[in-house]
Amino acid sequence: MALPPYASPLERLWRVAFILLCALVLLFLISPIPAIMPLSFNAEPYFTYPMPGLSMKWYADFFQDPRWLDSVRASVFIAVCTTGLSMVFGTLAALGLSRSNFPHRALVMAFLISPMIVPVVITAVGMYFFFATLGFNNTYFGIILAHTALATPFVVITVTATLIGFDQSLIRAGASLGAPPMTVFRKVTFPLILPGIISRALFAFITSFDEVVVVLFIASPDQRTLPKQMFSGIREQISPTIAAAATLLIISAALMLVAVELLRRRSERLRGISS
Amino acid sequence: MSVSAISDDRSTLKSRLRRAERVQRLRAIGLVLPLFLFILVVFVTPIIILMTRAVDNPEIADSLPLTSAALANWDREDVPGEDVFAAFAVDLVAAQKNKATGLIGKRLNYEMPGTRSKVLQAGRAAEKMTAAPYKDAFLKLDPLWGKIETWKVLERASHRNTTFYLLKAVDLQWSANDEIVNVAPDQALFRDVFVRTLGISTLVTFATLLLGFPLAYMLATLPPKHSNILMILVLLPFWTSLLVRTTAWVVLLQTEGPINDLLLFLGLTDERLQLIFSRFGTIVAMTHIQLPFTLLPIYSVMRTISPNYVRAARSLGAGPFHAFWTIYFPQTMPGIAAGCLLTFILSLGYYITPALVGGPTDQMISYFVALYTNKELNWGQASALGAILLMATLVLYAVYNRLVGIDKMKLG
Repeated sequence: MALPPYASPLERLWRVAFILLCALVLLFLISPIPAIMPLSFNAEPYFTYPMPGLSMKWYADFFQDPRWLDSVRASVFIAVCTTGLSMVFGTLAALGLSRSNFPHRALVMAFLISPMIVPVVITAVGMYFFFATLGFNNTYFGIILAHTALATPFVVITVTATLIGFDQSLIRAGASLGAPPMTVFRKVTFPLILPGIISRALFAFITSFDEVVVVLFIASPDQRTLPKQMFSGIREQISPTIAAAATLLIISAALMLVAVELLRRRSERLRGISS
Repeated sequence: MSVSAISDDRSTLKSRLRRAERVQRLRAIGLVLPLFLFILVVFVTPIIILMTRAVDNPEIADSLPLTSAALANWDREDVPGEDVFAAFAVDLVAAQKNKATGLIGKRLNYEMPGTRSKVLQAGRAAEKMTAAPYKDAFLKLDPLWGKIETWKVLERASHRNTTFYLLKAVDLQWSANDEIVNVAPDQALFRDVFVRTLGISTLVTFATLLLGFPLAYMLATLPPKHSNILMILVLLPFWTSLLVRTTAWVVLLQTEGPINDLLLFLGLTDERLQLIFSRFGTIVAMTHIQLPFTLLPIYSVMRTISPNYVRAARSLGAGPFHAFWTIYFPQTMPGIAAGCLLTFILSLGYYITPALVGGPTDQMISYFVALYTNKELNWGQASALGAILLMATLVLYAVYNRLVGIDKMKLG
């Protein structure tokens, strides 16, 4: 990236322009996030700057209003169940897919990933019709099934990638030392892929926690999730309580990002990629 | 040991090896099977149901069974005879009892706007008709029943499968002469919507490439210590809830919002601009949300490009731009293809962001699928629109799989 000493003035100028451009793009990417957070502390119920005063009342609103609290509870419940199911399905499938002799691997993979690609509205409407005949609409069970279908592709993609990069000679080493396959898996494979699996679990969790379209179609007011509550809030009358909810979500996203980064480093250290 | 014993031994070894491999393969398939079945039941079945709904046409066949049977023998040359009208009267009386006349009216209304009330009227009248001739009674009731077009529509609608919704989804319909023609201009809607969806997706893809490529280049060429910090600025929005980001754009773009404040302060405008509920707002918010999806694949490809190629080109006398354009840029193409295709495919299905940030003329095809499902309760039309969107997505997905390889998809 550093310019060679023989760079011409034009090159230097272009470089400054380039850095400026990148800074603007980064600003564009990040600015909506710091822009919304202070508004949650606004003393007045407006969404404008400058703010007339500071107040915590929107947070008090959030933590006292049963609708918001119930929605958080519903979302967490659905997301935890979804994460559990998609981890089981996704990790098993990834273990199978990462075997080199798996037949029609690319095709099967494309099939398993398709829920990520098909527009969510189509998935949602289809499930709405299908679940209506099964009586799954307006139930937590239906939402969890739907979210599991949407979240598992992320698990499959990344766990498969982790496993394919996995050093198979470690398994052979374990086996040559006399360990049965299950022991090799438990003692060698599993600890090594665990950081990858946990970070994907977090991804599955937020996929479900953030999903709103399917919920809009197949849930009743009894399964009001946080995104659904926010969606109707933005549509009807936008209140700073939404900014408070958004701020809490941003903080949890930042925490997750840190967790994923730590897990990534740990995984690299375990495999001896970085010293 | 004789020669044959050795070859025997070898063949058993071979077969044992083959058996071991087969067991392994079966075990691998067994591991994938639970998810495969899960996706098949929970995801593929609903989509197949949606596809069949696009051609499903039960209303008339179920509610007017005798009329449907009688119309099957109709020559389509002239207004049907007394037998059809008699069957129609009997059917309508039954429908009146089952409260199905509303359904019949609704279905006919899709093809002949304004007929719903006339069907309801006919239903009420049929209950009072006691004896033949029914034909005269219906003709007296309303001129609608004396038109051959009405009966052609009824006949077409009496089949259990229909192309009506799929044709309508591209602004086509069957004419009275049984030809496929464009619908009346005031009813044409969906071609515009498809063109708009493609247009917005193309613009968003282009914008993410334009913004993402330089940033990816910078991140890939900076030393890891600096690029890791900057990468957080890319990944934090990526991990932040879609609704939070959309809300943030609602706040930023509103007429009294910070961006308008800034523009006024800088003297770039004299009055507050309508940024939200506009095409501009939709494109900006969608670009913001999709940018990491384009950037990350480009970045991961750039990471693998050795700087030696460009250095070699420069040492051979190429100018900086020439070296970049002919040596570096072509090597980034796999990343560009992966990122842009992914963004384009995902943009086609956008619903939430245009619904919250866009105006009435910025809604994309997903919005209409949702509208016809939830508000209009015209499930055939919703399914037909969904089927076309699905087809477009799957074709692009196949291209993506061919060009990029689905297992090379990288997210974060």
